[in-house]
Amino acid sequence: MSTTHTIVVNGQTYRVTVDHYETPLLYVLRDDLGLKGTRFGCGHGSCGSCAVLVDGHAQRSCELPVWSVEGKSITTVEGLGTLDQPHPLQSAFIDFQAGQCGYCLSGIIMTAAELIGSGAEPAREKIVAALDANLCRCGAHTRIVKAIEAAWKASISGAAR
Amino acid sequence: MTSTKAKLPWSIEENPLLSQWIDLSEPGIARVFSAKVEIGQGIVTAIAQIAATELRLPMSKVVVVSGDTRCCPDESYTAGSMSIEVGGTSMRMACAEARRAIVERAARMLGSEESSITADGGLILLDGAPSRLDYWQVAREVDWKRPVTGTAPFAVPASSTSLGKSVARLDLPAKVTGAAFIHDLELPGMIHGRVMRPPSYGARLQSLDMSAVEQMPGVVKIWTSGDFVGVCCEREYQAVKALEAIRAGARWIESEVSAGTRSWRELLPTLRSIDSESEVGERPARTANPRRLSATYSRPPLAHASMAPSCAVAVYDESGLTVWTHSQGVFPLRGALASALGIDESRIAVIHTQGAGVYGHNAADDVALDAALLARQVPSRPVRIQWTREDELAWSPLGSPMVVKIESGLSAAGAIVDWSSDIWSGPHGQRPRAHGPVNLLAAAHVDPPIPFAEAYEVMSRFAGGARNSEPAYDLPHRKIVLHSLPGLPFRTSALRTLGGYANVFATESFMDELAEAAGADPVEFRLRHLSDPRARQVIETATKLAGWQSNVERGKGRAAGIGFARYKNTAAYVAVIANVEVDRDVRVSRVVAAVDAGLVINPDGVINQIEGGIVQSVSWTLKEQVVFDGRRVTTRTWEEYPILRFDEVPELEVELIERPDSPPLGVGEAAQGPAAAAIANAVARALDFRIRDLPITRERIVAVSTAT
Repeated sequence: MSTTHTIVVNGQTYRVTVDHYETPLLYVLRDDLGLKGTRFGCGHGSCGSCAVLVDGHAQRSCELPVWSVEGKSITTVEGLGTLDQPHPLQSAFIDFQAGQCGYCLSGIIMTAAELIGSGAEPAREKIVAALDANLCRCGAHTRIVKAIEAAWKASISGAAR
Repeated sequence: MTSTKAKLPWSIEENPLLSQWIDLSEPGIARVFSAKVEIGQGIVTAIAQIAATELRLPMSKVVVVSGDTRCCPDESYTAGSMSIEVGGTSMRMACAEARRAIVERAARMLGSEESSITADGGLILLDGAPSRLDYWQVAREVDWKRPVTGTAPFAVPASSTSLGKSVARLDLPAKVTGAAFIHDLELPGMIHGRVMRPPSYGARLQSLDMSAVEQMPGVVKIWTSGDFVGVCCEREYQAVKALEAIRAGARWIESEVSAGTRSWRELLPTLRSIDSESEVGERPARTANPRRLSATYSRPPLAHASMAPSCAVAVYDESGLTVWTHSQGVFPLRGALASALGIDESRIAVIHTQGAGVYGHNAADDVALDAALLARQVPSRPVRIQWTREDELAWSPLGSPMVVKIESGLSAAGAIVDWSSDIWSGPHGQRPRAHGPVNLLAAAHVDPPIPFAEAYEVMSRFAGGARNSEPAYDLPHRKIVLHSLPGLPFRTSALRTLGGYANVFATESFMDELAEAAGADPVEFRLRHLSDPRARQVIETATKLAGWQSNVERGKGRAAGIGFARYKNTAAYVAVIANVEVDRDVRVSRVVAAVDAGLVINPDGVINQIEGGIVQSVSWTLKEQVVFDGRRVTTRTWEEYPILRFDEVPELEVELIERPDSPPLGVGEAAQGPAAAAIANAVARALDFRIRDLPITRERIVAVSTAT
């Protein structure tokens, strides 16, 4: 039986209808809203490729039923920044060439976005800890950590100005 | 201009005409064609750098079209760390030839000597001043059906604005902001499919109850043939649910296909093998009476474990079949699809579209056949198929398990006098059409099936299992025996380095064992047997970078180790030094590498490849093993097949030894073997006993220490 849900994604309100009540947010984002930057990796929340922000917290959209995020504010990598106006994290990943195939990056960037938004003091260990459940197969880890650290420090000094 | 015949790379020999490589018909744009495809290694950026340099154009005016059977030269696979060496050199020759053709034609159009003409930045300069012509006006008058001769002079790298520079990857911005992959392709009218794979290798479908599935929302087509069942739905999650329902209604008969094992060291030498050998030099006379050493090493089967499950889109209509794929070889795939489907090759277009990281022959080709089979059932509707994570880990071809036994004699003076190795390995090359007409998973499951052909390798420098089995050291004698195993119960094929990872792990572990027996420092012992100055330089550079200390006390729980190889004995030279701390687990804390890759197109790109190769090797070496229980691969999730996590990644430092006047050498697979050996050697020094079976896990250390 199909159900209809109201969700807020990247500041826009959508009404979406799904055939299966437990349909995960990931499929709604990709197929109904055309937001393909959130990626399927495993379907079990084990790899982090599908992470999005839900009310500012990074969550695995492959396991999150769309009904459970009604009324919450969802941000995807498209909502963070664009090619023309990238978010400081996106710019840092390009500056540091922090990626090889790039498939894991949007989930990692969304996880990092929560960290940077937390207001905590930048620290490499916190980045490594936050990425504990994100996988990267190409081995771009050290660059990824450096990129996040740079973006985080820039955001703190930017906020202080 | 010289007219001597240059030695041409394979890609040019197969695709000799300039028109196959470049098109200047659209004003302001140089379109270049390459069958070398982006698999996460940055090749498209490097090809653009090469083309821009030789054409003397800014990179913004160069468009790289890659991996499209409709317009690209057939360069076979993007594999073997050959894309820069062969594909890049070919593009360099083609673009240098194109620029020469433009200069020649412009001289005639302007009625001047070629020596007074320069082609630069898109403009034709006459005696250094702009003429009335640009590249594209001249291009209309050039006969592009002329051959690439390889004799047009190359641009000087030092004067280039892009060659040899760390140009940012062209593909990265899209990947961090939105849609970028084949998975994100959206075609009008596209539907989503899933395929049910058998539960195990020997399983046969006994019965199928589809009554529930047919009633499910969005189901467009269910297609069954033999042991193959596929479903297509209007929306993707409908297909996910439909597959679940199909599975619930399927009854299979399963059977054992082999004895299950985790001890590859014990199993492989007992299997039926096809043996071949190569021997160089004379074994010393018995009277020399050297001290003899022998050791046996093993590695388990490994999974590609790419972050994305494989995906393909196909559409079948009156014009034929069009397939979008992240395959490493669009042309061989086209041939395999033609054989599997009985469609003429001329009616199939295969178009590369980027996927997640490719580390060898994964399921990209298999899912392309899945998509094609289902697309044929729903003409004119594009069908997108994506594998599940479980199928990706269980049904992709695996990197073969290997056992390597080495025996050697050491003279009283501490010199290696002979070297024999025996390698047991499954085949590393079972790509589409490598053996038999098809070699695609679904072809073996449909009715009538086209089963996988039995495959084995014969000793040569191209045999995957023998890759890097010849040590790069100066040895008076060496004999290599390859025991190729055609009967492994699961499919094995190319995984990054093929046999190079296990062979370098074994060879370089054994070099440390020999050094220890000779009472020598491992670095000094290697240099003692190494006259190639480039090999010596990477080792010396790495030792300096790492602050290598000889005569370190063993068994202190922390130590450094070294590993060195020249990948394939023809590609880049890499020396790696790893620092490890062994408490309950092995922790690799720091890895340094020195790399000589000849002319470097993009230094940061090379460093990124080496860093990634090291990290992937740390993961293989400490954590990874596919488990096969006699029927099926049981390591099907990230929990069952763990890979390296962020907190386990070492600090990395890579130094490039640049040689702009030497040909470029492949780097994508150059670091993995040396990194594994460096870790194993460091662990041996930290523990004062050696782990010879990978991965080096806590369980293994405990087992070996108890047995010692």
